[in-house]
Amino acid sequence: MTGDGRAGVEQPTGPLNEGPAFPEMIDPGPIDPGSPLEPRPGHTSRGRLERVLRAGEFAVTAELSPPDSADPMDVFERAAIFDGWVDAINATDGSGANCHMSSVGVCALLTRVGYAPVLQISARDRNRIAIQGDVLGAAAMGVANVLCLTGDGVRCGDQPEAKPVFDLDCMGSLQIIRAMRDKSEFASGRKLDKAPELFLGAAANPFAPPRDFRPLRLAKKIAAGAQFAQTQYCYDIALLERYMARVRDMGLHERCFILVGVGPLASARSARWIRSNVPGVHIPDGAIRRLEGAEKPRTEGKRLCIELIQQLREIAGVSGIHLMAYRQEESVAEIIERSGVLKGRAPHAVRPVIPDHMRQRYRAQA
Amino acid sequence: MRAIRVWSVRHARGLMKLYDTFEGVIMAVEPLARTIGYERLEAPVAAVERGVKSVLFDCRMCGQCALSSTGMSCPMNCPKNLRNGPCGGVREDGTCEVEPDMPCVWVEAWRGGQTMGNGKLLDVQAPVDHRMEGSSSWLRLMRRKKDGTYPEPAASARDDMGTPAA
Repeated sequence: MTGDGRAGVEQPTGPLNEGPAFPEMIDPGPIDPGSPLEPRPGHTSRGRLERVLRAGEFAVTAELSPPDSADPMDVFERAAIFDGWVDAINATDGSGANCHMSSVGVCALLTRVGYAPVLQISARDRNRIAIQGDVLGAAAMGVANVLCLTGDGVRCGDQPEAKPVFDLDCMGSLQIIRAMRDKSEFASGRKLDKAPELFLGAAANPFAPPRDFRPLRLAKKIAAGAQFAQTQYCYDIALLERYMARVRDMGLHERCFILVGVGPLASARSARWIRSNVPGVHIPDGAIRRLEGAEKPRTEGKRLCIELIQQLREIAGVSGIHLMAYRQEESVAEIIERSGVLKGRAPHAVRPVIPDHMRQRYRAQA
Repeated sequence: MRAIRVWSVRHARGLMKLYDTFEGVIMAVEPLARTIGYERLEAPVAAVERGVKSVLFDCRMCGQCALSSTGMSCPMNCPKNLRNGPCGGVREDGTCEVEPDMPCVWVEAWRGGQTMGNGKLLDVQAPVDHRMEGSSSWLRLMRRKKDGTYPEPAASARDDMGTPAA
């Protein structure tokens, strides 16, 4: 987009209602937010993630950490790294109880340029009234996937003095959103004019105690409405195998697509920090020793991640991976490519057209 | 208090049997309660219930007791009020993510549930009705068992104007 003469144009700064703020801005479209796909029998959403999974492909999703910024470019830049490599992008909802741009905001921006986002709804910050409103708003903006979580405790984050809401738990959210979709009604029974078409997901942590309870908890989430599950970081294949064996015994993998969470570790030090400070992440000593012994820990971390992906995709009942490469987002494409999980498949690329002045406007002021 | 709570979970099976007997007693006195009037009984029964259950379970009087489905470990003691199982943040030693010196309510529930035969741990609990906080779940159980209704403080299906939906 450079060289079109717009970069030098002075941006209008006049009062509101004086016409469009950026008259030269060409809306890159699409007109219909998120341009939903044609409905298909047996599909509850019109998004790409459900389609890829139901087609039996090994799906790849990635986590986008929302910026501490009011600049949409910060979202588009973070999403561009994943473009053409993943089937859906999760926008986290105040992960670790730290404040960032909202998941609804990020998802709305992403659908405007054609990405397939996963809206994350944590029960920590909003009650049932707010959650149902957000679901309708997000669906109207073209969001096809919703992941219901409990959320980290308020005291884990940067604002521990906040009031924890927890009006619903993730199963309450799932039940209510499923009823909005299938019965076209709010939790109160009041009817919707148009039901949201959604693919519903839940989080799962196979690696935290009480481990025997974990498959049962997944069964409950499926009973409450979960169609897909994204797990916590997996660094321990043996534990995952044990979990998946139980999941298969119960037939859960036939009722729910399971995407296993993976991510590269930057160094032994950061692995230790994550283990003791991030709730629910289980990193075995073996993995840390490997990073310690490595000449280039970052490269070794990536290699470890690739090996894990190659091992876990062989486990029966695993439908995909969920990449959470916090602060190493630039390595996502490399990890996906080198692990060969896509088997030559190329996920839909958006290649958004973002006007050059939009790239410039906030940067110029800074 | 926590010691008694842990004791209650260890003896979940016995407490469940005791409770089943108690439920029989409750149902036997139901006609009497009906004569006196549920509204008049609400305050004293709630006070007794609070006293007994706060000693045994650290009860928070949510008004919709789920103890028989949670291995006698009160889920309202979970800092996230989780009524359907443990969150993903449980520490390796089985303590709570939010309060590191407290054993996870659901690690306890799993233990208690196993002594009770944990079938009921699999029931999905509906979201809490916050209007019932502080009220007696014994009286509510009594009325529900008797005439199949689950009395709520007010009608639920209403539109924006507060009129009941058709």
